[in-house]
Order: sequence, then structure tokens, then C-alpha cells
Amino acid sequence: MAENLAPNWRLREQRYQLVGNVCLKCGAKHFPPRQVCTECRGAEFEPFPFSGNGELYSFTTLRQAPSGFEDFAPYAVGMIKLDEGPLVEAMLTDVNQDDLEIGMRMEMVTRKIRAEGERGLLIYGYKFRPSGD
Amino acid sequence: MKPKRDVGIVGYGAYVPRYRIKASEIARVWGGAEEGMPIEEKAVPGLDEDTITMSVEAARNAMARAQINAQVLRAVWVGSESHPYAVKPSSTVVAEALGASGATLAADWQFACKAGTEAMQAAIALVGSEMADYALAIGMDTAQGRPHDALEYTAGAGGAAYVMGPAENALAVLEGSYSYVTDTPDFFRRTHQYYPEHGNRFTGEPAYFAHTLQATRNFMERMNFTPRDFQWAIFHQPNAKFPLQASAQLGFTRDQIVPGLLVNRIGNTYAGASLIGMTNVLDNAKPGDRILLVSFGSGAGSDVFSYVVTDKIVERRDLAKRTAWYLARRELIDYALYARFRNKLVMN
Repeated sequence: MAENLAPNWRLREQRYQLVGNVCLKCGAKHFPPRQVCTECRGAEFEPFPFSGNGELYSFTTLRQAPSGFEDFAPYAVGMIKLDEGPLVEAMLTDVNQDDLEIGMRMEMVTRKIRAEGERGLLIYGYKFRPSGD
Repeated sequence: MKPKRDVGIVGYGAYVPRYRIKASEIARVWGGAEEGMPIEEKAVPGLDEDTITMSVEAARNAMARAQINAQVLRAVWVGSESHPYAVKPSSTVVAEALGASGATLAADWQFACKAGTEAMQAAIALVGSEMADYALAIGMDTAQGRPHDALEYTAGAGGAAYVMGPAENALAVLEGSYSYVTDTPDFFRRTHQYYPEHGNRFTGEPAYFAHTLQATRNFMERMNFTPRDFQWAIFHQPNAKFPLQASAQLGFTRDQIVPGLLVNRIGNTYAGASLIGMTNVLDNAKPGDRILLVSFGSGAGSDVFSYVVTDKIVERRDLAKRTAWYLARRELIDYALYARFRNKLVMN
């Protein structure tokens, strides 16, 4: 039987479209979406699709990849400060690691994150790359 | 063929991966001749790319130019011969990524290299019949070529997406289309096989040339067109030689063909090949230009379309990355990296 179908399916909107949420009490925007606002402790939210644009806040290179990601190693991961506020951690793509610079403009792209083995689900989601802006 | 309701291209978008391998590098590995390559170099998908991810990016570019809400799309159709799943649609992932899921059709199309234009024909019919206002048609491939086979030199990666909609909102209005198919077994891939088989020279005269020439001649005759009526023409491009030869036989000049001829730089992108040639032409066309689009798919058949560019292209074509942006971002790799990226290494 295929595994991990429901957990991956539940995350499809945030993974494919970078949908977070916005606090209806104070207007703070969150990604990933939260159930309690970290700014005001509010508990009412609306979905909020982020633009996917931001700048590179920090980055490093993963050489010892976790299970399921071995084929990609070594690969860069980064923290991206989205234009709307939140910091997002993500794999970086379409870039030579020597060319990464803190502060460079980044954009979200949808890429294959990993595969659940030879027979299982292909998992897609957001990565970031330099936008060239 | 022409729908009762006038239809056109409302948005379009290209995608090409950033990696390239030179045909001469492939020849170096297999001891091939250094001269007479079918193309200069081809695009290679990265480890995290496939027909789904590439379709998503091309579709986002098309939607940016279309300037419509994804929820008004009533079809998301992906034509390819490299769908990541044998069973499970690529199109539902693309629809979900665009925010178009829910009240929409979604399906994957298969007709070798003309799967994308077949989806375009269907999208035209869906909008033209007023069953829908907008439909998305994509042709995209990460083409497979067996190591040491002639196809390995040309099997590239890339494609394009088109939002079809009412003519009054179009960047290019459809004048008519035509399709011509026969059962011609020039190229195929059986179930569970990783690489396709082909008929070498049989892919030429009885397949590519017979179908593209017949389809184009029939279309031009029915529409009362001559080659001089077109500013630009795009032909399916499995290599650099076939489209130049076919277009010359039909009476087109090299100047009409070159802007839509990308095969030397990205390889044969199969279901995406003619459609991405068209995006490069649209990126540079002027309002009033008439464009001929001719696809070919093994098995075999050819779709032909005539579009006239409208004034709207001027303000909308720079709302997304141009085809030239994807052609210019180019990271050259050697055969070893190519083998890794294309999963050709045996890990034991």
C-alpha cells in the first residue's frame, strides 16, 4: 500500500502555491500557516497566497542529506525573507552555490522535492532560485 | 477547421531548463563523427525537474500574460510523452499549482510530438463551442534518448503553455486550423519501456515530410493562403534539417523560419517543439503579423494553425519571462553530469 498519501495531500496548497494565512486580528502574515498568531495570539485567520518573491536572508550547503534527499546532495538550502514578511526555509535550485549572495532577489518555483521510493508518490513543492532582478 | 465563436491565444509562456550538453560532447563519449551533428546542443532537465514542474512554470508565464483568474480556466491539458506517472494525471498537479483546481477539466494527452498541439485543437474547440471561456493547453517534454542512439543527440527538454480564450481578449486570433493523421509507425515506445524505438530513415519521407507537407498544403489550399501571406512560420523541429527542408519545399524562405527554429539551441523538445518555437515568434512579432504553426507527431500526424497577432501583444508580452530569457540562462554540462541528471548511472 502506498504510504504518506494523506499527509502530503493536506499540504498541497502551501507546497504548490505558497499559501499561508493572515491574522484577522492584527494582520500579521504567516508561512507556513499558523493556528495561533505569534504576534497577537489571535486565532482567526484567512488563507493568504504569498507572491513567492523575496530576498536571500541566509544559506548553507547540505552535504549529508537526510533520507529521501540523497540523490540531490550536495545541495543548497536557504532562508528567504518574503516581500510580505515571513522567513521561509527552502531548498535552492537553478544556481551554482558559489553564486549565492545574501540579499539577492529570489523567486519561488515548483519543483520535485523527492520521491517516496521507486513505486511511491512523487512529492512536489516550493524551492527558490535567483530571480535575476 | 474554424469554431463558430472566434478564439485566440490569450496568454502564452515558455520553459527551458538551464542545463545544456553539446552534441559534440555526446559524440566524444561514443566515438561519433565530430562534424555533421543534427544540432549544436540540447537542454537537459535538472534533478528536480520533470514534465509537471516545467509545465507549471510555463503555465504561470502564460497566466501572467493572460491576466485572468485561474478559477475561470475550464480545462488544464498537458500533452507530453514523458509524463512522470504512468497512471495519475500531470494536469491535476498543474491545475492545483495554478489555483485552477475544482470546476475544471484536466487530462494528459499523448500523441508523440504533437500531443501539445492536439491539446491546443481541443482547447480551441472548447472555447469555440462556448462550453468554456478559457482553456489551458500545454506541450512539454523531458525527451528520452537511448545512450549511443541517434536520438540521444537531439532529445531535449522544454515546451510551452497557451491560454486559449475569446478573440476579443486575444494576443493572437485564430484564423483556422487543420489536422492530418495516418497510421504510420515511425517512432513508438511500448508500455514499461524506458526508451523509444524509431525507424531511422523511415521517420523522414513517409512520416515527418509526408504528414507536415500534406497537412500544410491542404490547409493553405482551403484557406486560400500562399507562403507570402505569412510573416513567420514554425515547423516541428526534430533536428535542424527537417524543418528547413520541409518549409523550403512549401515555398517558405529561411527568414520566415529562423525566429521559430530553436532546435539547434535546446534540442527536440518533442510535444513542446513547435509550441516553444511559436512563443519565441510571439515574443518578437508585431501586431498584424500572420503566423503559421505546424506540428508533427510520430504515429503519425500533423496539426496546422494560422494566427494573426493583435495590438494587445504589445502591452502583455513583457508580463512574464520571454523565451530568450530561458535560452540565455545556460549552464554547460559534460556527459558525466548529463548521465547523473538523466538517471543513466547504475548505482552498484
